[in-house]
Amino acid sequence: MLRRRLNRLFGGDEKRVDSRTIYVGNRPCPATETFIPPKFCDNRIVSSKYTIWNFLPKNLFEQFRRIANFYFLIIFLVQVIVDTPTSPVTSGLPLFFVITVTAIKQGYEDWLRHKADSEVNKYPVRVLEDGQPARKDSEKIKVGDIVEVVEDETFPCDLILLQSSRDDDTCFVTTASLDGESNHKTHYTVPDMEKDLQSLSATIECEQPQPDLYKFVGRMHIYKPEHDPAVRSLGPENLLLKGATLKNTKKIYGVAVYTGMETKMALNYQGKSQKRSAVEKSINAFLLVYLCILISKAVVCTTLKYVWQSQDGQDEPWYNQKTEKEKGTILYVKMFTDFLSFMVLFNFIIPVSMYVTVEMQKFLGSFFITWDRDFFDPEIEEGALVNTSDLNEELGQVEYVFTDKTGTLTQNNMEFIECCIDGFQYTAFSSELDSFCVTDGPVSTFQEKAGREKEELFLRALCLCHTVQVKEAGPDELGGDQVDGPASEPLRPAEQRGFIASSPDEVALVKGAMRYGFTFLGLESKTMKIKNWQNDVEEYELLHVLNFDPVRRRMSVIVRSKSGDTLLFCKGADSSIFPRVRPEEVERIRMHVQRSATEGYRTLCVAYKRLSVDEYAAADAGLREARLALQDREEKLMAVYNQVETAMSLIGATAVEDRLQEEAAQTMEALQGAGMKVWVLTGDKMETAKSTCYACRLFRRSTELLELTVRTLESGGRRREEMLHDLLFDFHRKAVQDAPPARAGVNRSWSSANPEYGFIVDGAALALVMNPSPDTNCSRYRSLFLQICQNCTAVLCCRMAPLQKAQIVKMVKNSKGSPITLSIGDGANDVSMILEAHVGIGVKGKEGRQAVRNSDYAIPKLKHLRKLLLAHGHLYYIRIAHLVQYFFYKNLCFILPQFLYQFFCGCSQQPLYDAAYLTMYNICFTSMPILAYSLLEQQIAIEVLLDNATLYRDIAKNAMLRWGPFLYWTVLAVFQGLIFFFGVKYLFSNPALQDNGQVFGNWSYGTIVFTVLVFTVTLKLALDTRHWTWINHFVIWGSLAFYVVFSFFWGGIIWPFLKQQRLYFVFFNMLSSVSAWLVIILLIVLSLLPDILLGVLRKPRGPHTQQLSKESLLYVDRYGNGARRFPLAVTCSWRHSG
Amino acid sequence: MKAGPSRTNRPDNTAFTQQRLPAWQPILSAGIVIPGFTLIGLAFIGVGVALFVTSQKITDLEIDYTGVAATSPCFKCTSFAAENCMCQMEFTLTTLFEGPVFFYYGLTSYYQNFRTYGVSKDGYQLSGDTYYFNNPQDSCAPYQYDSNNNPIVPCGSIANSMFSDTFQLYQVVNGMKKQVPLDGKGIAWWTDYNIKYSNPALVNGSFANAFSGTVKPVNWSKPVYELDPTDQANNGFLNQNFLVWMRQAALPKFQKLYGRIAEGDYAQGLPAGNYTLLINYSYPVISFGGTKKVVLSNVSWMGGKNQFLGIAYLVIGSLCIVMAMVMLIIYAKYKFTDDDEDM
Repeated sequence: MLRRRLNRLFGGDEKRVDSRTIYVGNRPCPATETFIPPKFCDNRIVSSKYTIWNFLPKNLFEQFRRIANFYFLIIFLVQVIVDTPTSPVTSGLPLFFVITVTAIKQGYEDWLRHKADSEVNKYPVRVLEDGQPARKDSEKIKVGDIVEVVEDETFPCDLILLQSSRDDDTCFVTTASLDGESNHKTHYTVPDMEKDLQSLSATIECEQPQPDLYKFVGRMHIYKPEHDPAVRSLGPENLLLKGATLKNTKKIYGVAVYTGMETKMALNYQGKSQKRSAVEKSINAFLLVYLCILISKAVVCTTLKYVWQSQDGQDEPWYNQKTEKEKGTILYVKMFTDFLSFMVLFNFIIPVSMYVTVEMQKFLGSFFITWDRDFFDPEIEEGALVNTSDLNEELGQVEYVFTDKTGTLTQNNMEFIECCIDGFQYTAFSSELDSFCVTDGPVSTFQEKAGREKEELFLRALCLCHTVQVKEAGPDELGGDQVDGPASEPLRPAEQRGFIASSPDEVALVKGAMRYGFTFLGLESKTMKIKNWQNDVEEYELLHVLNFDPVRRRMSVIVRSKSGDTLLFCKGADSSIFPRVRPEEVERIRMHVQRSATEGYRTLCVAYKRLSVDEYAAADAGLREARLALQDREEKLMAVYNQVETAMSLIGATAVEDRLQEEAAQTMEALQGAGMKVWVLTGDKMETAKSTCYACRLFRRSTELLELTVRTLESGGRRREEMLHDLLFDFHRKAVQDAPPARAGVNRSWSSANPEYGFIVDGAALALVMNPSPDTNCSRYRSLFLQICQNCTAVLCCRMAPLQKAQIVKMVKNSKGSPITLSIGDGANDVSMILEAHVGIGVKGKEGRQAVRNSDYAIPKLKHLRKLLLAHGHLYYIRIAHLVQYFFYKNLCFILPQFLYQFFCGCSQQPLYDAAYLTMYNICFTSMPILAYSLLEQQIAIEVLLDNATLYRDIAKNAMLRWGPFLYWTVLAVFQGLIFFFGVKYLFSNPALQDNGQVFGNWSYGTIVFTVLVFTVTLKLALDTRHWTWINHFVIWGSLAFYVVFSFFWGGIIWPFLKQQRLYFVFFNMLSSVSAWLVIILLIVLSLLPDILLGVLRKPRGPHTQQLSKESLLYVDRYGNGARRFPLAVTCSWRHSG
Repeated sequence: MKAGPSRTNRPDNTAFTQQRLPAWQPILSAGIVIPGFTLIGLAFIGVGVALFVTSQKITDLEIDYTGVAATSPCFKCTSFAAENCMCQMEFTLTTLFEGPVFFYYGLTSYYQNFRTYGVSKDGYQLSGDTYYFNNPQDSCAPYQYDSNNNPIVPCGSIANSMFSDTFQLYQVVNGMKKQVPLDGKGIAWWTDYNIKYSNPALVNGSFANAFSGTVKPVNWSKPVYELDPTDQANNGFLNQNFLVWMRQAALPKFQKLYGRIAEGDYAQGLPAGNYTLLINYSYPVISFGGTKKVVLSNVSWMGGKNQFLGIAYLVIGSLCIVMAMVMLIIYAKYKFTDDDEDM
């Protein structure tokens, strides 16, 4: 990014104009007098943040930008400079620790990014040098280099196609990883290219890099010694994009025009911005509260000090004379120093170690995702991947899920499921090829069969009515068909056919027909060959193809058979076929079509028509005329099509399944049950996407669809803008205003009373909404659009460009209440939305690794999303929320007694606790139990979480870190802090606490308070722990034991490095006093009482009462623990619910 | 067993990595909490009763001798002019004051816990390191060097402000004063006396020589090696009263142990009768609004007299019982309705 900006600033003169000139092969051209090799960026992809050299300064800078770290740095500096009650070590050591741990973690993560980058950058490519291909690293490609790419390789940069191994100067490309479309696109070489690239002398003039994938304008000048330079125009059909894959073409040569970060793919990425979780925002908010508390405490103490000193004889009692230095200081300076000292004394209220613990918790906690065997996919032999651990808890907070369709919801793997011929149904075939005509096999649910002629006609129609090409498979490659991935089931070699088509459905149909015994052999010079049941080859002359278009929603072919019959075969959506066939045929088929559609299959109806010689002649003439028309060609063609495709007879219908990912529907249902709204964002066609939504049960039969697409916008025959306005208001009225107040979105009702709405929008319509013409009020449209979307149970956005996807995500992200968004996708076209959303999930699909690299988490399959969110996300959220609250709590009740003590020591900044205790409290005594808790706690078992998606709603909207719970914890901390201090104070009204009459001093006082404190906060955590593994036992009891042992040790030795042995034998003496024991026990119990009471009376989190009885069985089974007795809380909760 | 790569990538199937560690899942159910509260309540009440009774048995007697009121015998000593002022306080015991009796002096509004005060000592000096005799640490300022730049030993505010009143207790028997022996030994912490503080080694057989080149603290009348003229061993940094003073009090109202009455005729305690407390009044407290007092007290296993603990235990114990009862009522009520519903 930066490099590009620099280039723009300091680049050569070509930067000033809006085109760049490229010298093909980096050879000088005769036309230019002086050959100045222009400077372009190299082909390196950089997604990492640091280099070895800038890591330390850059990382430190970024870390100190965090307010907490900066704050501790300031405190540390104050301690160094000003005479303060505690030594700089007490805050310097933890700070150093925090910074180091974070730096190590971030360094490690960046190292992983470096590794991934270099994998791409070091990918070997072949560049033509002196006519010979030379191997190079991908990053070494320069603009102007001629690159050789072979089949199934991805293009390393944006290339202008110069030469292809195919005869027709074309090549096939799939852009699945760019825009999600997996069909094959044809690209053309520059017209009239010479064969000898070595002697080619040419320049290319083209526009500056820009992110639109479908736009490219350029010119090529070809210089020949004895001719004038020839100029060829270049368009997007000549440009091969980085990230696309070469298909069905052995080899191509192309010249690099855009490289590295200037390729269209790279420009479609957005800069990696540091994502911050909502929890972190909560932490910062709490931090501010605590900062205010801290400052007010310091102000109060400073004021009191001077008020108190103004009294007679208190400023400088004779026993505590001031030093010369103190006397000489100006009053205001003294006040300021005192203020700073108080700040330092109370600074522990802001928990420095919380950041370390949070970092460690996130870092270590993310391993549980990596380790989870449920995420392991045996097919790709990989499990889940965690790229950033900063967002673990965000997984438990998702409100909107944006999912890609191709490869994410679906496997992009069409399969022929069933068909219906003349009203008789033929379900899926077995592996036997001739089972189609076997009546008693398991294949037919009807004993009756359609007539054999009808069957044959139907299969012929399937074999002929398409635009599928047969892949010319070389002898060494037994490649399956191109749409299918490697997952296609093995076929016998004889049946091994590779098919290429613009839509995977067609392949599925042809393959379906093939399995039933009719094989499409190929198209050779207008002759289609098919092999029938008798293994005879039938030949048909292809006369016309009436292409598919989304408005007609059907396609036809006109063929002439050997016998001379002219036949029209038509296939299309039921809605477009039924009006064009004889009505009496419709009823028989309609039932089957509807039934298949409810199953979520993509249905097509097949019809045919026998054309008489006259009819054909008329149609032929019409078609030819329309094709040659220069004006309104489309409309004229359409009219002829409509004319021809009438009065057909319906033969049957097919049902094709776009195979969904495993458990896609269940996953979507679980997500919706958990209160999330699922939006499908795809670059794919609307029909395809819609049927996928039905199959995933995002749309149901009862869902009313609101369509805002080019089709509906243009249907009224009015201007698009007007239509848009009307439609938006209409939908808004339906979905928002008429909706019952209990919004369907928040609480998806399962009753049919509330109509459910599904919203469909396509890229063009969205562009109108987002960037309307200047006269319309754009923000109004936007907000209308957003409101409609938010009130629909599911939203489908089709025909989306990658950046549009991000735009949608951004719009939702910035809407009211700033909901947490999650994007999931598998291709490079999803990268922008993955980066835009709060949480980006990459699916380790077939479409390359771009999405995975840029995601925050990567999972092998869509179905894993369910566990990732419902179980892992939920647990992480609970854990971290508790961690945060607990940290603030324990530091408040740690520092409150110290604050109160100021009232009893003349506000002289006397610390209550020894420096060792001050330093160790957060690092050693109380850090491990909460860390263990935050890694292991499972208040609700994972199975229960997975089975009850609604549990996810309990923690929605940051429920555990809102001000309510925060207040509860704060009040608890204040209550306990007061008890600690005043309990011990009343005990010290007579400091003779031993049976030998000796008295205790101030350090004994502090130690008693501190002991009560450590035990109370640890036991409080023990009370909150619902899942006691041996680790919890170990760290909780271990921490307490460590505190005792440490205290003995620390107080048991005269430490040579200490000036004052303040704690020498203090702890020991404390333990020898019965009163001290009794007061410690008393105060611990008293502090914990309210919490125990609340814990008993509060409703337990988890399955509700009704489910409890079922689930309790599960608990007993798993943990061999039948002690799940009747909780009192359940009884109490009944009162409210009943 | 599948061989090769499929095993290498697959995450380990251990209870820990799969988050399936066997766990104990306690629920704070009524069945645990109600008996628990009852037990805690009973135990607390038991302890509370014991504490309360013990504390009631302890007798203590406080004698304020600040002398603010003009009627006070010590009033005469409060003026600045008075030097070596002695005053007498009289008191009467009607019953036997059971022994062993502890003799405390107490101060109020005296902030031994001032931060600058608390750090104003030299631990190395006090552990007998003679290097620091000549070079006291800076923390001792402003009592580091005297006006002639001689090092002060022991330096610092705490030592300088050492409590200087001395007491003698007499029983008036038939008009005659009979001295009650005050045992000043064992009033400081054992570790302070034996380990933390130590005197410098003798120089030329003389204890005083060890302190040559240093001066006594400004407010002191005697050097540290002559604190107790009656007992040679009770001098220097190991003087028991000095050690007691050096352990800072936690709160501005405090008392410190001065001596113990456990010898001779008074081993059983102070018999009923009239007593005279002779005070060598030299410690000024009126300037900062403080008071001085003498406390006579006997102690029990729980230390000195303190009603707080006993009462607190009783209150919390009863609270637990009450809460257990309330919970029992709720529990019983809803438990039974639950049974009804089941039927």
